[in-house]
Amino acid sequence: MDSETIKFILTPFLWVGLTGLVIGVSLALAAKYMAVREDPRIAQVTELLPGANCGGCGFAGCAEYAKAIVVDNADITLCAPGGAACVDSIAAFMGVSAGSVEKMTALVMCCGDDESAERRFSYNGINDCAAADALAGGDKGCTYGCLGYGSCARVCPVNAIIIEKGLARVNKALCIACGKCIAVCPRKLIKLVPTAAPIHVLCNSKDKGADVKKVCSSGCIGCRLCTKFGDEGAFVMDGFLAHVDYSVPITREEVIEKCPSKCIRRN
Amino acid sequence: MKTVSAPYQFKGGIHPDYHKELAWKSAIERMPNPSELTVPMSQHLGAPAKVCVSPGDAVKKGSLIGEQNGFISASVHAPVSGTVKAVVQSCSATGRSCQAVVIESMDDGETEYFEPIVEWLHTHKERLRNRIGEAGIAGMGGAGFPTRVKLSPPHDKPIDTVILNGAECEPYLTSDYRVMLEHADKICIGAEIIQHILGAKTVRIAIEDNKPDAVRAMEKACAQERQGIEIDILPTGYPQGSEKQQIYNITGREVPRGGLPMDVGCVVENVGTSLAIYEAVVHGQPLIERVITVTGEAVERPANLLVPFGTSYRKLVEHCGGVRESVAKVISGGPMMGFAVGSLEIPTGKTTSGLVLLPSGCIQQFSSQACIGCGRCVDACPMGLVPSELSQFIEADDIEGAERIALMDCIECGSCAFVCPAHRPLVQHMRRGKTGVMARRAAADAQTRK
Amino acid sequence: MKPENTSERFIVSSSPHIHEGSSVERIMLDVLIALTPALAAACYFFGFDALRLTAVCTATSIATEWLCRVMMRRNRSIGDLSAAVTGVLLALNLPPSLPTWMAVLGSIFAIGICKQIFGGLGYNVFNPALAARAFLLISFTGMMTSWSDSDWSATLTLNEGVIDIATGATPLGAIKDAVKAGREIPGFTLAGVARLFIGDTNGCLGETSVFALLIGAAYLLYRRVITWHIPAAYTATVVIFATVLYCVNPQTSVMPHIHLLSGGLVLGAFFMATDMVTSPVTKRGMLIFGVGCGVVTMVIRTVKTGAYPEGVSFAILFMNALTPLINRGCRNRVFGAKS
Repeated sequence: MDSETIKFILTPFLWVGLTGLVIGVSLALAAKYMAVREDPRIAQVTELLPGANCGGCGFAGCAEYAKAIVVDNADITLCAPGGAACVDSIAAFMGVSAGSVEKMTALVMCCGDDESAERRFSYNGINDCAAADALAGGDKGCTYGCLGYGSCARVCPVNAIIIEKGLARVNKALCIACGKCIAVCPRKLIKLVPTAAPIHVLCNSKDKGADVKKVCSSGCIGCRLCTKFGDEGAFVMDGFLAHVDYSVPITREEVIEKCPSKCIRRN
Repeated sequence: MKTVSAPYQFKGGIHPDYHKELAWKSAIERMPNPSELTVPMSQHLGAPAKVCVSPGDAVKKGSLIGEQNGFISASVHAPVSGTVKAVVQSCSATGRSCQAVVIESMDDGETEYFEPIVEWLHTHKERLRNRIGEAGIAGMGGAGFPTRVKLSPPHDKPIDTVILNGAECEPYLTSDYRVMLEHADKICIGAEIIQHILGAKTVRIAIEDNKPDAVRAMEKACAQERQGIEIDILPTGYPQGSEKQQIYNITGREVPRGGLPMDVGCVVENVGTSLAIYEAVVHGQPLIERVITVTGEAVERPANLLVPFGTSYRKLVEHCGGVRESVAKVISGGPMMGFAVGSLEIPTGKTTSGLVLLPSGCIQQFSSQACIGCGRCVDACPMGLVPSELSQFIEADDIEGAERIALMDCIECGSCAFVCPAHRPLVQHMRRGKTGVMARRAAADAQTRK
Repeated sequence: MKPENTSERFIVSSSPHIHEGSSVERIMLDVLIALTPALAAACYFFGFDALRLTAVCTATSIATEWLCRVMMRRNRSIGDLSAAVTGVLLALNLPPSLPTWMAVLGSIFAIGICKQIFGGLGYNVFNPALAARAFLLISFTGMMTSWSDSDWSATLTLNEGVIDIATGATPLGAIKDAVKAGREIPGFTLAGVARLFIGDTNGCLGETSVFALLIGAAYLLYRRVITWHIPAAYTATVVIFATVLYCVNPQTSVMPHIHLLSGGLVLGAFFMATDMVTSPVTKRGMLIFGVGCGVVTMVIRTVKTGAYPEGVSFAILFMNALTPLINRGCRNRVFGAKS
């Protein structure tokens, strides 16, 4: 090999090596002096969270929530998908007490489907509940009821919501109670309820019975029969609308049969 | 006084079939007072009026029944004499829920008008403004902006041009046309009152070239040796009646983005508003009735009716001989920017310029097809926007992205959706996006105030 | 039990409540109508093969579209005729002797890969027919560039033996071969130019008959399915580019009108580049798009070492990729904005 060839081979090696060295040293220095110190517990708490990144806790994903728990002492019971097990493990790790967390599920407080509830007109437009609601107040005769254009189903991260006969229904086996559907519903009729609760009043209409009857055959008419036949204190009236008080254990399920408009139902 | 062709022409716009011949020829007829009226408190843009009567009260034609409630609001008066039957939750002419006063009418011929201001030219401007305010006058072109507010520009925004909008570019509607034909002299006096209040140099009356007899009528009414009044003939097209486009066509000035006509020294008033101002000032009559075109292929006998506010749409249709075929859509206002309503039990109001009943063959059917990128909406948009792209941003919930490409400049004229071969509900997308932007801005405001 | 429906049920939607009456189906139908003259010319010049390929491509495209929509659980879309248009356009971009199975493969690629995977009509980035043509051209270069011999070369004024007639080639192919080999460029007689215009030459089914294509293009312009912007910018750029080259170096370049009449330029400029989905939406964007297509076409055609003599499809595909960028950069001035 003559010197020309050696030079031909060596030059690129030298240049590449030199560049690599300079970059390597600067990276090493940067890593040392510009490092962002992070509490190692953040990563560990992130591990304990389910990793669904649903945002139901109100933070932008699991890692952010973990950071909030470690740095800002955020409430550790906010993770709905993780449930009690998750809370317990975080409580153990962080050395705080959690208290008991009840597993919740989202529930659409309306049972007025296309068979029982009237539509005032035919809506023709964007397949979005808020858009439909903004147009002459929505096509559903009842201004409290589910419009059924599926905005909740589209935001659900676990596909737990289906639209059946113009009515949204939550599959409680899949629901992680992240609350996204609650935020998107323009009529605010999705609520978080205890998963274990056996019966619910599936109506959101605060109108008088006569007005409800005009637009929906399965709406709560405020007859108060449930307060009479149900367990003591289990049904509470809010004007013309009955609610279930979930803190009262339910024993008398025959109240389902007593409800004249059949809006008390099992979930 | 002279008649000229508008010297400029905005870019974009569309040429729909006008169908004005349906109600073109029928002279304005007074609708008999219905036995019961439901007068909504929200007939204008801004806060609804506050009910100031209670059931059982006797009212005369012109009595105040709803007080102006805030700066951007307008008062409401009883359109007929009678007894207040109830105050109920009803809906405005656009179908939105609001309070309304139900009046059982009684034709006693009595009125409770304001004192006429005959010598208006020598009356203080503030008094005239107050009169227009207390008469409850709101823009009658469709948006219903309270006229008193429009006629009170801040001192640093001098107005040199008053434009009287008689373009009536909405298809089907002929109410402004008939008003110009039959009340040209009153409109001219109304215009002079506006000019006097604002101290404007010139009045320009804008009329599309498909209404030559309206042009002649206005020419005749203004034919005195008056200086500073001019009739500008616009080429027929939509949206010639849009404020910003009209100012540009006539003066060559562009209202800056996010600005108002007064930023370029202009005020645009509908010819109907001008007539209402004349009545309020010279005869002391508050705004209690207006001319409404009841038309459309599904109406038996299309007509232009002088209707007291609060008359239900059903009464109007019945007065026009009922419907001819099955009605698919009922539109309050014109078919380009009006509101479709779900029932005929809706009361008329100050902004109801027309009631258009269309059978299924004549209406737009929106679909959820994807944009095929033909670019026709871009050519049609009179504001220079890209509706296709905007709607895609909004569909993807990227409201900020849509705002960056000038979503808020959309005037919702509907030209884009009129030409869209994929029948996309573009205007609805824009409205949804705008609602999102407003919500975001309100949230940001709340944040900074914290 | 549904409560008594007391009143009539109206349709309620956002404004506007009327429409000019256009539709996607009508646009696609217009394109199909506009393609019939070219299809007829193809049948005349290439006989049964033209029918065979068109039928196969159209049927496969529609079948693929239907299958994809069923598999993706989306609404059926074969009614909008866009699959039929893609099928016909692809057939017109294939050489007459192509085996049927390749045409089937190309059609499946066009609809399945280039269109439905992206979400169907409106979402595709590239013109499906052209992308499928490029796919076939790269995969089966031999079959895609073998031409059944129309005896067009007799119309060239050429030195004996300059072009090997027996291999068969398209006019531009022959020229490129000559340039590569450093031979003299063949000239065209008037009769030769006329044959190029009529379509009696080698080439893909639909690209040869400029005459038939122009009839269809006139129809599209009349129906306002296309505007003049893209075709005009495209062809003008090609003409200017070719004229400059010809003036600089007449020995190795051909006259501009030969560029115009050959190599699928008219088919590309009026039918492919104007595809709504894959071209810009603003007029200014369309002009830039057309100029870009013209420049890339001429670069591919005239670069000596390049492999492809035609270049229209690659030029349009390249500009398709730039369309989102052009759309971004070429928005109109917003009314009232400070200029």
